Amino acid sequence: MNVLEVSDLKKHYPIHAGLLRREVGRVRAVDGVSFHIAQGETLALVGESGCGKTTVSRCILRALAPTSGSIRFDPGQGETVDLATLPKRALRPLRRHLQMIFQDPYSSLNPRMMVGDIIAEPLRVNGVPAAERHARVLELLDLVQMPAVARTRFPHAFSGGQRQRIGIARALALNPRLVVADEPVSALDVSVQAQIINLLLDLQDRLKLSMLFVAHDLSVVRHVSDRVAVMYVGRIVEVAPTDALYRTPRHPYTETLLAAVPAPDPMRRGRQMKASGDVADPAKPPPGCAFHPRCPYAQDRCRVERPELTEVAPGRWASCHRAQEIELAGVA
Amino acid sequence: MVERTSLAVRDLAVHFEMEQGTVRALEGVSFDLHAGRTLGIVGESGCGKSVTARSILRIVDRPGRIVGGQALLDPGTAEEADLIAMDPESRRMRGIRGGRIGLIFQEPMTALSVHYTVGNQIIEAVRAHNDLSKAAARDRAIELLREVGIPRPELRIDAYPFQLSGGLRQRVGIAMALAGDPDIVIADEPTTALDVTTQAQVLDLLRRLQREKNIALMLITHDMGVIAEMCDEVAVMYLGRVVEYAPVADLFTTSRHPYTRALLRAVPSILATPRQRLATIGGAVPHPGARPSGCAFHPRCSDFMPGRCDAASPAPLRPGEAGASCFLEAQP
Amino acid sequence: MSATAAQDRWAEATQLRLTWWRFRRHRLAVVSLVIIALFYLVAAFADFLAINDPHATDARRSFIPPQTIHLFDEDGFNPHVYGLRGVRDRQTFQLTYTPDPNRKLPVRLFTRGYTYNLLGLFETDIHLIGIEGGQRTDGIFLLGTDQLGRDLYSRMIVATRVSLSIGLAGVALSLLLGIILGGVSGLYGGWVDTLIQRVIEVLRSIPTIPLWMGLAAALPNTWSTTQVYFAITVIISLIGWTDLARVVRGRFLSLREEDFVVAAELAGASQGRIIFRHMLPSFASHIIAAVSLALPAMIVSETALSFLGLGLRPPAISWGILLQDAQNIQVLANAPWLLSAAVPVILVILAFNFLGDGLRDAADPYG
Ligand SMILES: Nc1ncnc2c1ncn2[C@@H]1O[C@H](COP(=O)(O)OP(=O)(O)OP(=O)(O)O)[C@@H](O)[C@H]1O
Ligand SMILES: Nc1ncnc2c1ncn2[C@@H]1O[C@H](COP(=O)(O)OP(=O)(O)OP(=O)(O)O)[C@@H](O)[C@H]1O
Ligand code: SF4
Ligand SMILES: [Mg+2]
Ligand SMILES: [Mg+2]
Repeated sequence: MNVLEVSDLKKHYPIHAGLLRREVGRVRAVDGVSFHIAQGETLALVGESGCGKTTVSRCILRALAPTSGSIRFDPGQGETVDLATLPKRALRPLRRHLQMIFQDPYSSLNPRMMVGDIIAEPLRVNGVPAAERHARVLELLDLVQMPAVARTRFPHAFSGGQRQRIGIARALALNPRLVVADEPVSALDVSVQAQIINLLLDLQDRLKLSMLFVAHDLSVVRHVSDRVAVMYVGRIVEVAPTDALYRTPRHPYTETLLAAVPAPDPMRRGRQMKASGDVADPAKPPPGCAFHPRCPYAQDRCRVERPELTEVAPGRWASCHRAQEIELAGVA
Repeated sequence: MVERTSLAVRDLAVHFEMEQGTVRALEGVSFDLHAGRTLGIVGESGCGKSVTARSILRIVDRPGRIVGGQALLDPGTAEEADLIAMDPESRRMRGIRGGRIGLIFQEPMTALSVHYTVGNQIIEAVRAHNDLSKAAARDRAIELLREVGIPRPELRIDAYPFQLSGGLRQRVGIAMALAGDPDIVIADEPTTALDVTTQAQVLDLLRRLQREKNIALMLITHDMGVIAEMCDEVAVMYLGRVVEYAPVADLFTTSRHPYTRALLRAVPSILATPRQRLATIGGAVPHPGARPSGCAFHPRCSDFMPGRCDAASPAPLRPGEAGASCFLEAQP
Repeated sequence: MSATAAQDRWAEATQLRLTWWRFRRHRLAVVSLVIIALFYLVAAFADFLAINDPHATDARRSFIPPQTIHLFDEDGFNPHVYGLRGVRDRQTFQLTYTPDPNRKLPVRLFTRGYTYNLLGLFETDIHLIGIEGGQRTDGIFLLGTDQLGRDLYSRMIVATRVSLSIGLAGVALSLLLGIILGGVSGLYGGWVDTLIQRVIEVLRSIPTIPLWMGLAAALPNTWSTTQVYFAITVIISLIGWTDLARVVRGRFLSLREEDFVVAAELAGASQGRIIFRHMLPSFASHIIAAVSLALPAMIVSETALSFLGLGLRPPAISWGILLQDAQNIQVLANAPWLLSAAVPVILVILAFNFLGDGLRDAADPYG
């Protein structure tokens, strides 16, 4: 059963220029993205900066209105709804099922509210009575391994890692069907990051959370996700179960990303960088396969014809003309 | 073969006088930089990595004050000079800063002004340290840009920094650092703001330049992967002290300080098994203003010996010798 | 365990309290706050503190130099001033005053003087200090008198009321306009925002002094002092609100992007709750700081306008009007003490600026 099914999602930003502010082009921030998230599953969205990860997650939360496409969401009441076209008014009662964990533990908590009130805010605006709220806040603090005294304190009294726990407690307050986490650990120190990763793993096990985990750190992703979707310039180029993707990537871009990660092991030094050059500009993506200017396997066909995301093995999808013929190196 | 020692830092101590009390950001830091070798400085946020770099260049922000120690340029030779004893505004110091010692920042935009073209700024840096005509300096700037791998440097030299991608900007930052033809380069988290693919390219570049110019490189990072990839020796810092110093291979196989071991276990790995949990270090790095007694790591240490570790500080490391500042080591 | 008690106190402190703690560390700002509070106290009890009727003219006591109060005489503590004897110079026809040692006028607390209305509550004629006995032309002239024989000290005290309140009224008006228009601009964006922004730009592109001159010249001569007072308030806040509107709009725009506001939206909070519970409290402190920086600008505006003869007109008393008397170089040569009216202006402006800086630093430790 799928909690979320996104198909052909697009988000374009018009570029205006000149005196009359005519539209002269479009930033194709997200340009036809499709994926699904099953109940209890964590899907990671990875890719280089500017490839559209945040845009996808904001569209799902409807903090941004998509240009086109559908976002079918199952709020758990038998019927699915299309978040992409829902008017704002109809959206509000659904908000409680879709929550978010933020990247910056400092700006995500209102400095003028006590921690207890911050966690209780979603409960409050959804009409949970005060007595129940109190019990639930204590339960949530315990869930994220924070002491109960935190309730009456203000965010300034807590470190980055503790604030991130508070943010997680707030996101879980209403038992959401789907949690969107945009880079939830990338602002944290190594030791704190490890604690939060473990916490997320615990919560996944205990609450059977469904999660969209946006990250650029492939090592973190390998620890927490069940499946991985790799994005490049507004499109998904490969989707696969985590272990398979790391061991045997099927898209040259995935191979490039994996090869670039420095392993914490001096014995593995001196790996070869496969691709060179910079990420393409989403305002004028290259014709054909957007990755072809950087791809070591590119052929004439790649320069003109755009590959579609196709199933290359059971459960594995890639959008590369040569996915079936080339041998790519992963990390063991 | 022992390389020439370019810089010897001894017992460097820096305090910040704050209203809340004195913050001891550095408490006796010692290490050597050798020509043609890379020293990695690693540690969590706030341990004093940047302050170390800035004190060597004598650009510590107010209210910071260097309260002791030496930074000896060309130690043991006739030209030996102590940077800490110099007036930070003197001609000599300004000549060394950006001349013999180049600095690469984390966010290249901080080193570049948005109001001038890249060329202007590099030319200025070139002329500050060499007696060259404008035209000759421009040629040298183009050459520098080519050296750091910027395609079509004759055109890029007239670009403004914001017209370049993050990777190109960091290359310009490196070109700036090389403008004075330094034999020591301090790189403060040069790749932290970059994507993995770009990071791999920039690290390759740094390695190549170092080989060609026999530079002594001090590489500050909090990424154990970057350390493993780049460094010859490593100094691990915790709360303003070097707690372990070791050749890179030993650090990863037989680390001697409990903090190093804990840190290595807490790093997420690209080789992880699905849903693998990380070993964590309890708590978070204390604020340097509230340094624990004795060994500053004792409240988080798994090998804590009550009555010993919290009573006195373990002996500091002898510069240039591998070891750990810990009571588990033989104490002198 | 007082260390942990202090920590608990800190952990449970509201932003308001933290701001106050940070503010207290700015010595200069705290001193400024005290000075400003004193000034407003003076304004509130101006008539009580004044010694002589600020409007009373008397040709026989023009240009009296500042007098000092003598605290002791041969009998011990007995504060007094000497009566004055005017002597007309035969050549220049200038009246010069010399103290008459035979006429000792005792200075007493809570004496009777001219009648006034205390805080709009009741009529009284009690003043803080005054002399007992003496002739009609006698008085205490701490800062001397002007050409018409009016007591400068009393006039300055009474002027405080007008000058400081016109600033407050102007800022209140600006604030109202600024918050409403800036809020609308920042919240709704789109063409409303564009329109308001253009209006602000047009208003700001008009040079201030000519604009004021034009508007002030348009005020009918027949208007009463009170009417002119309100008209001037409106004129100076016409420029003032644009700054505040920009501050408010900027805060709204940046707060809307702030993660904690997005979080409230995702929780399903209503628009009203987001604005009043999450956004407004976060910039109350910025508004206060902006106000404390806008106030001195208003005060200076009034002073400048009145000084140029475009603002309030006599018989109203404001700092600008007092300074107007000091315009004439001839008068100044004879009576340099008239310039002392500039001292409170400078003091208040500096104090407000230091206070504003202190408040801004305290309110926004990260910015
Ligand atoms: N409001 C906007 N107007 C125009 N372009 C935009 C806007 N917001 C985002 N973009 C563009 O859309 C693209 C995708 O941005 P997005 O923030 O989704 O990337 P991301 O993958 O989250 O990157 P990062 O890893 O840096 O967070 C970028 O090229 C960005 O420049
Ligand atoms: N300008 C400053 N004012 C006050 N304290 C400072 C200042 N700069 C540094 N410090 C203190 O010095 C300590 C060390 O700071 P430093 O910037 O060297 O850390 P770092 O190891 O570079 O951390 P990061 O990984 O976050 O860059 C900090 O914890 C801080 O308390
Ligand atoms: S389609 Fe061609 S260019 Fe694109 S990834 Fe595959 S081989 Fe490379
Ligand atoms: Mg993003
Ligand atoms: Mg740093």
